[in-house]
Amino acid sequence: MAKLPQPIDQLEHQFGPHLAYAPPGGWQESGTGPADRLVKTHCCFCGQQCGIKLKVRDNRVIGFEPWEEFPFNRGMLCPKGVRRYLQGNHPDRLLHPLVRGEGGFRAASWDEALDLVARRLGEIGERHGRDAVAVYGGASLTIEKAYLLGKFARVALRTRHIDYNGRLCMVSAGTAYKLAFGVDRCPNPWSDIPKAQVLLVLGANIAECAPITTDYVWRCRDAGGKLIVADPRMTPITRNADLYLPVRPGTDLALLMGMLHVVLRDGLERRDFIERHTTGFDDVAASVKAFDPRRAAAMTGVPPEAIEKAAHWFAKAERAIALHARGIEHQSKGVENCLAVINLALATGQIGREGAGCNMITGQGNGQGGREHGQKCDQLPGQRSIEDPAARRHVAAVWGVEPDEIPRAGLSAVEIMNAIHRGEIKGLLSICFNPLVSLPETAFVREALERLEFFGVIDFFLSETAQHADVVLAGSLQEEDEGIVTTAEGRAVHIRKAVEPPGEARVDWQIICDLGRRLGQEQKFSYTSPRDIFEELRRATTGGVADYAGMTYEKIDREMGVFWPCPTEDHPGTPRLFEGGRFFHADGKARFIVTEYRESGDPLDQQFPVFLTTGRVVSQYLSGTQTRRIGPLVDQYPEPRIEIHPLLAAEHGIADGDWVTIATRRGELTLQAMVVKTIRPDTVFVPYHWAGEKSINRLTHRTLDPRSKIPEFKVSACRIRRADHPPAWANASRVRLPVVGAG
Amino acid sequence: MFGREFYIDPSRCIGCKACENACAECGTHRGASMIHVDYLDRPASIATVPTVCMHCEDPTCAEVCPADAIKQTEDGVVHTSLKPRCIACSNCVLACPFGVPKMMTRIEQMMKCDMCFDRTSEGKKPMCATVCPSQALAFVTPEEIGHRREQPVNIFHFGNQTVTTKVFMMTPPEVDVIDVDVVDFMWEEVS
Repeated sequence: MAKLPQPIDQLEHQFGPHLAYAPPGGWQESGTGPADRLVKTHCCFCGQQCGIKLKVRDNRVIGFEPWEEFPFNRGMLCPKGVRRYLQGNHPDRLLHPLVRGEGGFRAASWDEALDLVARRLGEIGERHGRDAVAVYGGASLTIEKAYLLGKFARVALRTRHIDYNGRLCMVSAGTAYKLAFGVDRCPNPWSDIPKAQVLLVLGANIAECAPITTDYVWRCRDAGGKLIVADPRMTPITRNADLYLPVRPGTDLALLMGMLHVVLRDGLERRDFIERHTTGFDDVAASVKAFDPRRAAAMTGVPPEAIEKAAHWFAKAERAIALHARGIEHQSKGVENCLAVINLALATGQIGREGAGCNMITGQGNGQGGREHGQKCDQLPGQRSIEDPAARRHVAAVWGVEPDEIPRAGLSAVEIMNAIHRGEIKGLLSICFNPLVSLPETAFVREALERLEFFGVIDFFLSETAQHADVVLAGSLQEEDEGIVTTAEGRAVHIRKAVEPPGEARVDWQIICDLGRRLGQEQKFSYTSPRDIFEELRRATTGGVADYAGMTYEKIDREMGVFWPCPTEDHPGTPRLFEGGRFFHADGKARFIVTEYRESGDPLDQQFPVFLTTGRVVSQYLSGTQTRRIGPLVDQYPEPRIEIHPLLAAEHGIADGDWVTIATRRGELTLQAMVVKTIRPDTVFVPYHWAGEKSINRLTHRTLDPRSKIPEFKVSACRIRRADHPPAWANASRVRLPVVGAG
Repeated sequence: MFGREFYIDPSRCIGCKACENACAECGTHRGASMIHVDYLDRPASIATVPTVCMHCEDPTCAEVCPADAIKQTEDGVVHTSLKPRCIACSNCVLACPFGVPKMMTRIEQMMKCDMCFDRTSEGKKPMCATVCPSQALAFVTPEEIGHRREQPVNIFHFGNQTVTTKVFMMTPPEVDVIDVDVVDFMWEEVS
């Protein structure tokens, strides 16, 4: 039973979120003194992985310094990076294992907690079959941890069900790129962005979700480049867009097929490139015939002339880059949307060259590396398919098991939660994942968690999900361990250990190894360091698509990151893929793949006539486990608001600041209105970083893309009305939360 | 370091407040930011603008200070008020044409951006211009800024007052003086 062990207010009193505002010792005291050392590392948050120097004194991170020599961000940081150090030395930090008892959580010894997790997961596996246990991972884990977790699930727990929160991130893009190119990585290094003559930004709120990329976009414009932005909202980069396409939520595919229609109608395709380097063009050409600009305009709400202009600019440019992110990917046709971007790039020959290509902007810290090494339900290390016999033989040899012992492909993240809800999966171990905030339809997720027979969590704060655990193992923050992460560019970078975990908390990889040993696999989990794990990972990826065989920590340090594939130690790495039109499929050719338009899984009707779309704000990160505990970031955007166009607001008598009740087929929520002309009048927007009564994922739906299994966060049907009264939390939250370290 | 100047380009600003957050982390006034970012008109637009001290050649704030508490160093940087002299009268706050000085009532002292004097004197860039992810705040050489679409201007007309500043504002190419007041656009015969 994984119901809350004690009332929520008691849990929050004890475990937060509380707000940290000042370094250890406060501003006036020791906090302002000099640092013992500066540790060159990377930000703990998004996929940009900006270089940063952490100031350390007495085993505490006390601040930061920009790291101007790191080439990707050259010292630049967003507010999350600036304030990230405040997550260390935090009063909410878990300092020892917790075990659920009669009256709530109690402190436990490591032996007791680890024994309990291993025993209970083992028992469930024996009684109900190995696949009655599942593992959740996350894309903030280093590649060493991601690799280790995949091996742990398949070798120690022997379950096929391991998946991760990257399932909520760029899996639609990854699936599309694998289908079309034979590899899941963005093709261009970011240094190509300023060299493009046209940038087409699709469903990517660059300024708030990948802030450092803004500088690359502006430099492109400085050099004379044109910027096209397609989004239902005018996000901050739209202020300098040369062409803004206000696409209706869920209709990006029609926009892209319309653009390809124009390209072919006007003879702007690059025939020589298509013939030499691709297959499948004719079918795709036939499929876009029906998407003339007028029809595409009717579907998307973008003027036909603008669709034509965008198509002409992109196709006629000598060098054009498309950048896309969750806006087009968080849809039940997310894979189709990405394939349509690829089709456009292939048809116009805008790929495999400096300043030309289509690129996903991976969102999470190790979003790229975290999906390559075995915590994804259908992959083995090196971005190998788990169903490929040769891949199974290779990895089995590295792991010291028989190929047949490696389980087959398992369920994806949302499907695992569905199986828990059905009672098929009864035991869960979760690290770096907060599904109670991040998965759609919170009530369903809560019901599922309550049905678990055993739920173990590894985490550094007690997240909303961890509140439901039977055992919580106190793990490590990013700065408390060493390892490699691979950035949105495909560049492997080195996370250096700045401090030791506080109290009795342990580094995550040791916790996983401890569990592996207790499950009878002592020899296979006897690593002595992250480097030790990395050496095995190099062998496991050798010859794979994502080949890290030629990387070492020293090489990564020396070269300020190495782009995979990097098969040998003297290999320079591969910043740009597909040069010379050579793709990763056996025949070297890219695939045009037909895309089929279909409705959202939560269509509008008379009852629910408005689109709801969700996303992020610049000062918060994902489910907020870390950023909702950092005072200055919370102050910047304290709670979710609902963005409404004045035309829609007027229909309902709503003024800026009014409380608005928003309802979908799942339930309703009351939030404060932000009446702005920067969103389509048929659409409302709510950011998703909050829990409980402030969580918009209570209202989103569980429709998945059939191939990528990504939920359709970007398109729900809703209705709004002026609220009868403010929600209960409205007054409570205005009482300032306990402040920590104010000086 | 030598030859670098401070440039502000509001058209690049994405409102992320990395600058404000970073300013608050800086060595001399930790916990409080000396700069700010504003929406111009959020109901109508996502446009935002960062405000840092313009470091005027003839600083109005210092001219109106009855306590002679605001000093300019040889490099042209106009500093936060001297604590022993500042009488917290707010003359500077009211007089500054750019709205920069802030009265910190808790400590009864005016504080303002000093262009990270502690950092620039060591050859580092000011904190805000180092972290700014859109480089709306930039501390670079004139040659580097020359690659941009906009061009730098440091002369402002506020009606009858002309202010020349150390910090440059980036403007569209044809603008070489920034006129603020309606008076700047009027013509009257001078007798």
